[in-house]
Amino acid sequence: MTILGGFFERFGLAMAGKRNPWGKPPGGGDGGGSGDGGSGDAPETGGEGSGGGDAPPPRGPRNPWLPGGGNDRGRRSANIEDIFKGRGGPRRGGGSGGGGGGPSFRIPQRPDGKSWFPIAMAAILGVWIIATSIHFIQPREQGIVTWMGGQYSRTLNPGTEYTLPWPIQMVEVENVSVIRRNTIGEGEENLILTGDQNLVDLSYLVRWNIRDLVKFKFQLADPTETLQDAAESAMRAAVAETDLDTVLSGAGREQVETRVRSRMQGILDTYGAGIQVQGVEIARTEAPQQVIEAFNDVLAARQDAERNLNDARRYEQQVLARAEGSAAEFNEIYEQYRLAPQVTRRRLYYETMEAVLRDTDKTIIETEGVTPYLPLPEVQRRRNASQGPTLTVTPSEGQQAAQGGQ
Amino acid sequence: MWQRYKSLIILAAVAAVVAMSSVVIVPETHQAVVIRTGEPVRVINRFNPDQEYGEGAGLTWRIPMFERVQMVDRRILALDMEDETVLSEDQQRLEVNAYARYRIYDPVLFVETTASEDQLVNQLEPILTSVLRQELGRNSFADLLTPERGRAMTAIRNALDRQARQYGAQVIDVRIMQADLPVGTPLDAAFNRMRSDRQEEAETIRAGGRRDAQIIEAEADAQAARIYAEAYNQDPGFYDFYRAMQSYRMTFMSGDGESAIIMSPDNEYLRQFRNPGQ
Repeated sequence: MTILGGFFERFGLAMAGKRNPWGKPPGGGDGGGSGDGGSGDAPETGGEGSGGGDAPPPRGPRNPWLPGGGNDRGRRSANIEDIFKGRGGPRRGGGSGGGGGGPSFRIPQRPDGKSWFPIAMAAILGVWIIATSIHFIQPREQGIVTWMGGQYSRTLNPGTEYTLPWPIQMVEVENVSVIRRNTIGEGEENLILTGDQNLVDLSYLVRWNIRDLVKFKFQLADPTETLQDAAESAMRAAVAETDLDTVLSGAGREQVETRVRSRMQGILDTYGAGIQVQGVEIARTEAPQQVIEAFNDVLAARQDAERNLNDARRYEQQVLARAEGSAAEFNEIYEQYRLAPQVTRRRLYYETMEAVLRDTDKTIIETEGVTPYLPLPEVQRRRNASQGPTLTVTPSEGQQAAQGGQ
Repeated sequence: MWQRYKSLIILAAVAAVVAMSSVVIVPETHQAVVIRTGEPVRVINRFNPDQEYGEGAGLTWRIPMFERVQMVDRRILALDMEDETVLSEDQQRLEVNAYARYRIYDPVLFVETTASEDQLVNQLEPILTSVLRQELGRNSFADLLTPERGRAMTAIRNALDRQARQYGAQVIDVRIMQADLPVGTPLDAAFNRMRSDRQEEAETIRAGGRRDAQIIEAEADAQAARIYAEAYNQDPGFYDFYRAMQSYRMTFMSGDGESAIIMSPDNEYLRQFRNPGQ
C-alpha cells in the first residue's frame, strides 16, 4: 500500500509539473530530489528565481534571464524546457554552474547543442515504468491486480512480481496471514441471555485472517462489520443453548468457544467472505454486576461448609484421641491389676483418698454422744473469702457420703 | 507553435474529453447499468453466481450526453436494524436487534424501483422490523433461546426476501443479534430471580456442610464409645472402682481446701485408724 501511495505522489508531482506554467512545482521537485550535491543548490535557487520573475505577466515581454537570446517560442513551452534544463543541468554539468546564480546563470546544454528535455522525459518515464511494474511482495502478503482499477486480473504471490505500469494495472497489496483481532464486549457490561433465562456478562475475542483475498476484497461491502455481526449473532445463539452454570465453568466455556467458531465460519462461508476464523476466545464470563453479591455468597457458602466440616473433623480427632488414650491407660492399669487385684485396688484407694483428703477440712466424729455441729455460716464465710472456684459439699451430700462410707 | 497547431491541439483536447467521458471503468465490486435517455439498455458485470472474478468487470463505453451509467453495488450489503422492543407469544417484552445481508441481483429492476442503495435500506428496514415483530410474536420467549430460533429466522428471511425481490434484491440471511430483556422491570425481575436462585444454592451448601459436620461428629462419638466399651468391658467391676477413684480426684482436689468433709468413724478409710491390724 505504501508503495502505491508513493506512486500516486510521484504521479501527482509530474502532472503538476506539466500543467503548471510557472514552473514552481518543478522547483519543489528539485528540492525533493535531494540527491543533488551541494553544488547543485545554487543553480536551482536561480531557476526558481527565474520562475518567480515570470509569474506576474503571463504573456509579458521576454525574460532577460532565459538562455538563448533569439528564443521566440511561447512562454509555456520555453518554461517547461527551462525547468528540465534546470533539473538536468547541474547533474550532468557536474557543478560547472556552481559559481553562478542570479542573472549570470545559464542552463547547460548537451554537447551538440540540443535540449536535455526529451532525455529527461524519457528518464522519468523509465523510472516510472520500473517503479510501478516491479512489485516485491513480502512473505505473508498477497496482491490483487486490476486493470485500471476495474477488472480483476490476477493475484500476486510473495516474491518479485511484474505487472504493467500504473495506471494500466493497479496493485493492492494486503497482508493475508496476519491474525487480526476483534474484541467484542470489552470495557462495558455485555449481557447475554443463557438457556435457563439467566444473564451472563461476556466479552470475547475473535481471531481471524484472510483466506481468499479476492473474495475478501470483492464479495462483501464491509467484511469487518460482517465478521463482527456474525460473531455476535453466533455467540448469542451459542450461549442461548447453554445454561448459566455451564457458561461460567471452564469446560462450558470451551464448548461455547468451539460452537461459536464453527457457527461463525459457517455464516461467513455462506456469504463467501474469504475469511478464516482462527479462534474465538472468551475473555470474561461473569455474573451481572447487579447480582454478583449473590454469586459471591455462593462461594462464601462453600467456604463455610468446608469450615464446618473441618471443625467436625477436628472434634473427631479430639474425641477419638481421648478415647484411645483413656482406653490405653485403662488397659495398662488393668494389666497390672490382674496380676495382683487385691493389693492394687487397695493401693489405688489409699492413694486417692490421701490425695483427696489432704487438702480438705476434715471432721471426724468418733466419741459417742457428741452432737455433730456443722458450722454452715463459717463454711459460707470461708467460701466467700476465698478466690477462685470453690467446691461445697452440702451437708446432705456429706451425710450421704458418710453414710455411704459406713 | 501554438499559432501553427492551434486547431490541431483544440481538436486533440476535444477528442480526449470525448474519450474520457465515454470510457467507463466498472470495478469488480459494482454492476453498471447503462441508461439511455431514461431507459436501461445494458448491464455490465451483472451479478452471476457462476461467474469468476475477472470476467465481467472492466472497461466499457457509453455515448456521451445520451447514456448515463449508474453503478449498483454487486457485493453483499448490510441491513442493520435499530433496537426494537417486541412482544413474544407469552407476552414477554424483548429487546431485539437483528441484521440482514442482501445482494442486488437484478440491477435493472433496482434502478427502476429505487434511486440508490441507501434508499433501498430505508425501504427494507421497516419491513424487516415488522416481519420480525410478527414472527417473534408467534414464538414464546423460551423458544427464542432454543434451536427454534433458527426456524423463526428462516421464516423472517423468507418474508423479507419476498419484499426485497420487488426491488431486485435478494435477502441472503437474517440473524438475530440480540434478544434481551428490556431495561427496567423485566430485567430487574430476572436479576431478582437469579439472586434468589443463588441464595438458595448458598443456603443448600451451608446446610449440607452443617449436616455433614454433624454426621462426622456423631460418628466420632460412636467410635469413641466403641473404643471405651472395648477396653472397659474387660472388667466392669474394676472399671467402676478405677473410674470412681479418678472421679474423686477430679471432684475434691480442684478446690484449695474449701471442701469440708465430715466422716463417720465407720468409714472404710478409717478402718485401720480405729481397729489397727484388722
